[in-house]
Amino acid sequence: MTVPALPEKITVRDLRFHYGASLALKGVSLPLHERRVTAFIGPSGCGKSTLLRVLNRMYDLYPGQRAEGEVLLDGHNILGRDVDVNLLRARVGMVFQKPTPFPMSIYDNIAFGVRLYEDLPRAEMDARVEAALRGAALWDEVKDKLGASGLSLSGGQQQRLCIARSVAVQPEVILLDEPCSALDPISTAKVEELIDELKERYTIAIVTHNMQQAARVSDFTAFMYLGELIEFGDTSTIFTAPRHKATQDYITGRFG
Amino acid sequence: MTDASLHPSRALATATADRARALARHRIPDAVFAALTRAAALAVLVMLGGVIVSLARGAWPAFSAFGLDFLTTSTWNPVKERFGALAPIYGTVVTSLIAMLIAVPVGLGIAVFLTELCPRPLRRPIGIAVELLAGIPSIIYGVWGLFVLAPFLQETVQPALIATLGRAPLIGPLFEGPPYGIGLLTASLILAVMVLPFITSVSRDVFETVPPMLKESAYGLGCTTWEVVRRVVLPYTRAGVIGGVMLGLGRALGETMAVTFVIGNAHKIQASLLAPATTISASIANEFTEAVGDLYTASLIALGLILFVITFVVLAAARLMLMQLERRQGA
Amino acid sequence: MSHDLGPAVRDMRRYAGRARRNRVWMGLCMAATAFGLAMLGLILGALLWRGFTALGPAVFTQTTPPPGAAGGLLNAIVGSLMMSAIGVVAGAPIGVLAGTYLAEYGRSSPLAAVVRFINDILLSAPSIVVGLFVYEVAVRPMGHFSGLAGGAALAVIVVPVVLRTTEDMLRLVPTQLREAAYALGMPRSLVIRRIVYASARTGMITGVMLAVARISGETAPLLFTALNNQFFSADLGAPMASLPAVIFQFAMSPYKEWQDLAWAGALLITLTVLALSIAARALTARSSA
Repeated sequence: MTVPALPEKITVRDLRFHYGASLALKGVSLPLHERRVTAFIGPSGCGKSTLLRVLNRMYDLYPGQRAEGEVLLDGHNILGRDVDVNLLRARVGMVFQKPTPFPMSIYDNIAFGVRLYEDLPRAEMDARVEAALRGAALWDEVKDKLGASGLSLSGGQQQRLCIARSVAVQPEVILLDEPCSALDPISTAKVEELIDELKERYTIAIVTHNMQQAARVSDFTAFMYLGELIEFGDTSTIFTAPRHKATQDYITGRFG
Repeated sequence: MTDASLHPSRALATATADRARALARHRIPDAVFAALTRAAALAVLVMLGGVIVSLARGAWPAFSAFGLDFLTTSTWNPVKERFGALAPIYGTVVTSLIAMLIAVPVGLGIAVFLTELCPRPLRRPIGIAVELLAGIPSIIYGVWGLFVLAPFLQETVQPALIATLGRAPLIGPLFEGPPYGIGLLTASLILAVMVLPFITSVSRDVFETVPPMLKESAYGLGCTTWEVVRRVVLPYTRAGVIGGVMLGLGRALGETMAVTFVIGNAHKIQASLLAPATTISASIANEFTEAVGDLYTASLIALGLILFVITFVVLAAARLMLMQLERRQGA
Repeated sequence: MSHDLGPAVRDMRRYAGRARRNRVWMGLCMAATAFGLAMLGLILGALLWRGFTALGPAVFTQTTPPPGAAGGLLNAIVGSLMMSAIGVVAGAPIGVLAGTYLAEYGRSSPLAAVVRFINDILLSAPSIVVGLFVYEVAVRPMGHFSGLAGGAALAVIVVPVVLRTTEDMLRLVPTQLREAAYALGMPRSLVIRRIVYASARTGMITGVMLAVARISGETAPLLFTALNNQFFSADLGAPMASLPAVIFQFAMSPYKEWQDLAWAGALLITLTVLALSIAARALTARSSA
């Protein structure tokens, strides 16, 4: 299968990233295609999570971390000084490795983010919360206890709550940083199904340690090693006919 | 949604503009909150500056009237308005040193017991008891010292001391005179009991920072518990223990109520530890509201300034030592 | 002295010496612990005995008596409550905000480092100096002692306690929780106020309770700010009685009735402090369970 000319939602060009004095990304360039899932794989410390944290400028929170190069979102560089970081993060949502429910009710976990951007009447807000929870395949499990603390849910439920929360603010891109590494197989399967549904509307980037997961959920795969992008292509090509020996070694489990 | 599917890019652009407007509402409150926290942090510095400036201003008449003599004379005569700080400084330093002499070995002993010897089920209750002792307000120690400890010392311990050590050569003068009950020694004992829990809890905490591997390898060589404490735990935690001791010393120097009840408030420097004396904080607490005349008040404030400077230096040194330990821990 | 004995015997002897030394030192450590516990027992014992003997309903219903007469501590209790309330209401917000600065905004900046260092010193600084400070900036300019000045002095003591616990508690909040909030585009102040505070709430409440415990026994800062008042007064502009100040005055007096009331007051303060620290402990234990 050849790669069709898909629109690029995000374009990364020659991205270099510094943690203080050390260089964590050494000139990475790749596209994230609109409404497709792109998986980032590679051994620990290869820079895949770092790359993800550049896309919503999460690194901004920490002095001493610095990105150079260009990251274009719909053609506009998001690394510029004048970019409204909060607005960027509203457009580029993120879900983390460990579930991070806010210390408030299930309902408010969803509604809190929505209220940042929209003043919805109660009925509309209820509908929005329900839609987000349905979208995350969580509605049936929590509809009778929306007032309960988000912390009272199981790990898998918490993670789907976090995905619902992220979706509820209607982002354009969703970044998933090893979203299943703390989950059991059943919850993992649910989250993977969810990713499949989400890509109909969102551009998705996922970092994962799990090769099978990358193969199952993604359309494109980027293999990274020691801060460099070794290989990028559509997932079936990467997993069946990688061009580089390092890629082949990694996906066949010979190192990593 | 239908709109978005017809003209996706234009709908997106309006949605983004709406969000930008919504976020803009938060810009001012965000800046105000950040400024408030910063102002509160600065208020801590202002508080310190305020203490120093106001005490210096209040003390100025005394320093300009007596100069350096204020620090080197022990006259304290409200009638003739002649004031010297030597007696309270002496009392403060001596009571604190005696208190530390008692509290440091006992406090370290308890900390060793808690970390090395204590059976597990007892560890928590005894730890809580120590914290309980630390939580009791100092005025309670003062009341107890006045009504319980002082009479006990007066009737039993002090006569015995006078009859024995009081006759001994060299140290005899330290234990001469009638048994008042109150005085330097009683104040020192109360202070010792008061700083004991501080020293215990700080040293217990720093003892627990010793890596178990280190202790186990010493035990593995056949060391006894005492040898492990002496050769491994104490050298490893020296900076922290000294920091904790200085912290206790800072508390002892500045302590007011525990001392004021039992010191006797006499502006005299006497050799005997059994004689009434005074400390800086006791003089201020006893005399400030009754001080008539600006020079008297100024002299008491000058005492306060001296106390603040002394404790500041001691506490700063203690903090620097504890910070050194933390840095090593973090590294 | 043992050159004629075999090396094994010499080692045994040396070991016996080491074991004996160990027993002596460990015995001393146990004695130290026994001493500490005995002191606690003696103090609490005397306090409970003398305090409960003197404690009756009159303590809560009558005001402080003139010398040689019976009475209670009502005015002192009310004064203590009022001034402690002022101290907490004025001091705690400053402590919380400054602690927020250190944990969230300043972190490793030079200003934060200096404030942290100074605050640690203020935490153990002599409280009588705080009394003199407030006397200089409030009582002297106003021309008279007042309950308000007493409350202000207590506030100065509350700030460092609350600041320290707030910073410690905020630092325990996982970074990922903050990042999750930022990832929604949430502005910083909202992340702190709605997410970080909510998750550190019990710890911060504990800090405030410890501060209340700390000031409920403070005497020195009140002596020349609120002074004392033999009569009932809820006027913050006038001198105000407080439990510690009354204990100080009554314990040092030669009158039996006054001394008994001092014991009753000492018991009340101690029970308050104990109740607060037990509640704080229970709160943290429950939230960490």
